[in-house]
Amino acid sequence: MYKKTNKFVENKRLKLSNSQLKWETIFRRILIAMSILLVVIILGVLATLIVESMPSIKSLGIGFLWGKVWDPVSNIYGAYPFLVGTLLTSFIALIISVPFSYAIAIYLGEYNPKGWLSDLLKNAIELIAAVPSIIYGFWGLFVLVPIIRTFEMKIGVAPYGIGVLTSSLILAVMIIPYAASLGITLIRMVPSPLKEAAYGLGATRFEVIRSVIMPYTRSGLFAGVLLSLGRALGETMAVTMLIGNTSAVADSIKNAIFGPGNTMASVIANEFTEADHTQYLSALIELGLVLFFVTVIINLIGKRIITRFTND
Amino acid sequence: MELNIGLRNTKSAIFKGIIVFFAFLITVPLIVVLGYIIKQGIFQVNWHFLTSVPAPVGETGGGIINALVGSFIMVMVAAVVAIPVGMAAGIYLSENPRSKLAYYSGLCVDILQGVPSIVVGIVVYFWIVKPLGTFSALSGSAALAIMMLPIVIRSTEQTLKMLPDSLKEAALSLGVPYHRVILKVIVPCGFAGILSGIMLSIARVIGETAPLLFTAFGNPYLSYSLTKPMESLPHLIFTYATSPYDDWHNLAWGASFILLMFVLVLNIFTKVLTRKWKVQL
Repeated sequence: MYKKTNKFVENKRLKLSNSQLKWETIFRRILIAMSILLVVIILGVLATLIVESMPSIKSLGIGFLWGKVWDPVSNIYGAYPFLVGTLLTSFIALIISVPFSYAIAIYLGEYNPKGWLSDLLKNAIELIAAVPSIIYGFWGLFVLVPIIRTFEMKIGVAPYGIGVLTSSLILAVMIIPYAASLGITLIRMVPSPLKEAAYGLGATRFEVIRSVIMPYTRSGLFAGVLLSLGRALGETMAVTMLIGNTSAVADSIKNAIFGPGNTMASVIANEFTEADHTQYLSALIELGLVLFFVTVIINLIGKRIITRFTND
Repeated sequence: MELNIGLRNTKSAIFKGIIVFFAFLITVPLIVVLGYIIKQGIFQVNWHFLTSVPAPVGETGGGIINALVGSFIMVMVAAVVAIPVGMAAGIYLSENPRSKLAYYSGLCVDILQGVPSIVVGIVVYFWIVKPLGTFSALSGSAALAIMMLPIVIRSTEQTLKMLPDSLKEAALSLGVPYHRVILKVIVPCGFAGILSGIMLSIARVIGETAPLLFTAFGNPYLSYSLTKPMESLPHLIFTYATSPYDDWHNLAWGASFILLMFVLVLNIFTKVLTRKWKVQL
């Protein structure tokens, strides 16, 4: 009798665990499939960009990158104006943003890590990152452009208002949070025995920051700047609205900074739907491919530095 | 090092002053931008504005219902796709951190996070718009879903990694099968963290314009069809802001105000959740 029941229970359990086991396998497979899907998406993005830009790569070769003329009507394509525009806007933005992001990192990481004031400032910085770029662009177009125009008249350059400088200013504001919030975390990670030892030797706060905190966090802060740069290079909407979209190469450095220009992202945004023949379209996609590689490499270097920093 | 302590202290004080000045100066552009958008936008918003389609040039009035509905539909469809996929991948990454696949898909998440949104737009154009032969809301959703993935994955992964192993071990030792441990024990425990990641990803893509330029494209009429072009809030702002008409600018200010409010509310909600959970995103 006892044996019989036991067998019954045993059977039932076996049945149950078999179906559970089946679900377990299915579940594990779904998890693996979704992770593979990610790899497939990235490979797909890369493959699509390469395949679709093939006509342009084949006919123009590497000279595409330094061709100075972009004239779709005559079927001449050179990426030089956009490379210059992208690098110029991004680096001006970076130069403006670095003092701010370092100051925020030092202030919230070292001087005032806790309390309502520090919370308020931290939230404000997160908010800057949260505002959509289209809103920065819209605001820039109606508020910043007239201001810059007046400024340009005062210093005696052609008063376009829109242009590389205007885009860089807006970009600078937009990218500050990326370097700043990483910097805050890193500066808070500096071991206090290090700082205390320096204070114990009679160092002032400035000397501790300069000789202990800065050397300790240098590589991490640099990684934050790289992440900011990656953002700036790929930023589209605000720049498209403010840069003036001229594909001609400026004749002087003054005009290159104050005058209108174009970046890789903005020219794609403006001309992609207008591109009416294969050559034109594939030249635009090749710009996208270049942009993809540059931003991905910069981002990966940044992330590598951060993981190495946080693991040490 | 100089020996004059007075000089060194002054230097330290001056440095602190500079740091404080730069740190707080950043709030100025934020306040100016938010203030201006609110000032310009708040008086545009009324019932008519929220419930009618944009008026043609020359007519006053008109609203943004097409963009509101469009943004809602596209973001929802994107979320329905991206949330399960992202959570599954996130669970895999946190459960098998040492596997080869985890290394490569983790790398892909990092890459995806850095891909400029305009490039996502180009790619989805060739994946969906070209085969279908028309701009469509579906392609817009696909582009937004790709933008959402890295945030959902990272937040799931980070939240689950913070849960103590004892939770999982206790459940497993009771003979609970693996999938039930994950779905009934681990995920509910980390729910707030995962939810905050989802909210953040929605807040981020709702303002994305660049990937929609070549996918959803925009539509001046109200449309519910996934296979037709669809308007969205950021795209409407872009079109009307760059137009030469004052009426349209006003429409765009109102739309900016609404978009800003959405983003603010989503971010505050996320903030409340993360404060409880201390998730690093």
